Amino acid sequence: MTVRVRVIPCLDVADGRVVKGVNFVDLIDAGDPVEQAKAYDAAGADELCFLDISASHEGRGTLIDVVRRTAEVCFMPLTVGGGVRSADDARALLLAGADKVAVNSAAVSRPEVVAEIAERFGSQCVVASVDARRVCGPGVDNPGDDRGERRWEIFTHGGRKETGIDAIEHARRLADLGAGELLVTSMDGDGTKRGYDLELTRTIADAVGIPVIASGGVGNLGHLVAGVTEGRASAVLAASIFHFGQHTIAEAHEALRMAGLPARS
Amino acid sequence: MPGHVALIDYGAGNLQSVANALKAAGAPLVKVTDKPDVVLAAERVVLPGVGAFGACARALRGISGMVEAMEQRVLDEGAPFLGICVGMQLLASRGVEHGVHKGLDWIGGEVIAIEVTDPAIKVPHMGWNDVAAMKHRDGAGLIERGEAYFLHSYHFVPDEGRDIAAITDHGGAITAAVARDNILGVQFHPEKSQRYGIELLERWLDWKP
Repeated sequence: MTVRVRVIPCLDVADGRVVKGVNFVDLIDAGDPVEQAKAYDAAGADELCFLDISASHEGRGTLIDVVRRTAEVCFMPLTVGGGVRSADDARALLLAGADKVAVNSAAVSRPEVVAEIAERFGSQCVVASVDARRVCGPGVDNPGDDRGERRWEIFTHGGRKETGIDAIEHARRLADLGAGELLVTSMDGDGTKRGYDLELTRTIADAVGIPVIASGGVGNLGHLVAGVTEGRASAVLAASIFHFGQHTIAEAHEALRMAGLPARS
Repeated sequence: MPGHVALIDYGAGNLQSVANALKAAGAPLVKVTDKPDVVLAAERVVLPGVGAFGACARALRGISGMVEAMEQRVLDEGAPFLGICVGMQLLASRGVEHGVHKGLDWIGGEVIAIEVTDPAIKVPHMGWNDVAAMKHRDGAGLIERGEAYFLHSYHFVPDEGRDIAAITDHGGAITAAVARDNILGVQFHPEKSQRYGIELLERWLDWKP
């Protein structure tokens, strides 16, 4: 076989507690991140992702403690993102036990931070986020119209603020700067349960040589499969379908295998 | 009373994860250390590593007396050794990541970039992949067939095929483990490979080569 498609549950964390945003607005408290991480480790998740959405400095300090406690009991790769602005921020998370750091808005305002982290700690630990919305093409002005140019733009602040940056160009740039993989999130899809933006995922996966993680909008196991078969992602990230017990990691692996894709058994 | 495991701290990466995993695998005492004396007194020696080959080689040589202590304890006195990821690659004669850099040269060979011709094969090689053990080699019994977590863009090509203890596949055969006498090196991360990885560490902690 070959390298397996990675199934990555993602926990949104604020002030040391797990929350899950629906369209990044309504938050439901769903527990202790360390306990959830242990459950996903035991369930055979291929990796785990913590995204810190704390607004405050105190919340960030709490995150470091959560990462440290998670690394003591979980023997799986852990990616931590949210508020990483410098190589020193990355270092604090890596020392606490994170294996990779996800760089979000800093990669938009100052993309060189990706190179700075990659040079100090290696490309393998840098996950660069590409948070995009469709600004042109099907589904924007004329939902039924399948013709015309497709374009996506980078949005920040949970999808509320446009930047004018072309998402595909931005993805290429982050790869050139030394990112080890790209976390591609459709801000249109996030929280909707309608599935990934497969066209966005595929366009970026074909444009770069590094792995792409599909993210944003998973509502069922078929969406995970499509992220790989149609989106050409190397990994699939999801939140609520796992957190609320709709599906297990084993079911996700099985769905991938049934589609002829390599997944852990 | 069993001795300690020296986990060498040369500023390269995920020491705490490796220490946690060794403890979970039953190591009675893990000393994270940059002191040659602690390596000389160790029952077993672990060299972890993430990042670039050259930077890691430079950092390791930057600790006065460390390479000499490792060579005395492992090569001369036969203490069981485990290299992980770049810690395994450093066993090579040289690495060609961002220039040519000298390795420890404990196992002849070089560390080169993973070359892929199929654009669907992505580099870094990142994720769970097969570990196919070569049963007749040194270290046989330590490496079992299974799935482990890999994360690397360069790979170790030993001069002698008999030093390869396990392979995986990523656009072609990739060395997953090397072994010679009391030396084991794994390209994958046992500390991130859930039960497969912890069980490998348990066998290594019991290993009496």
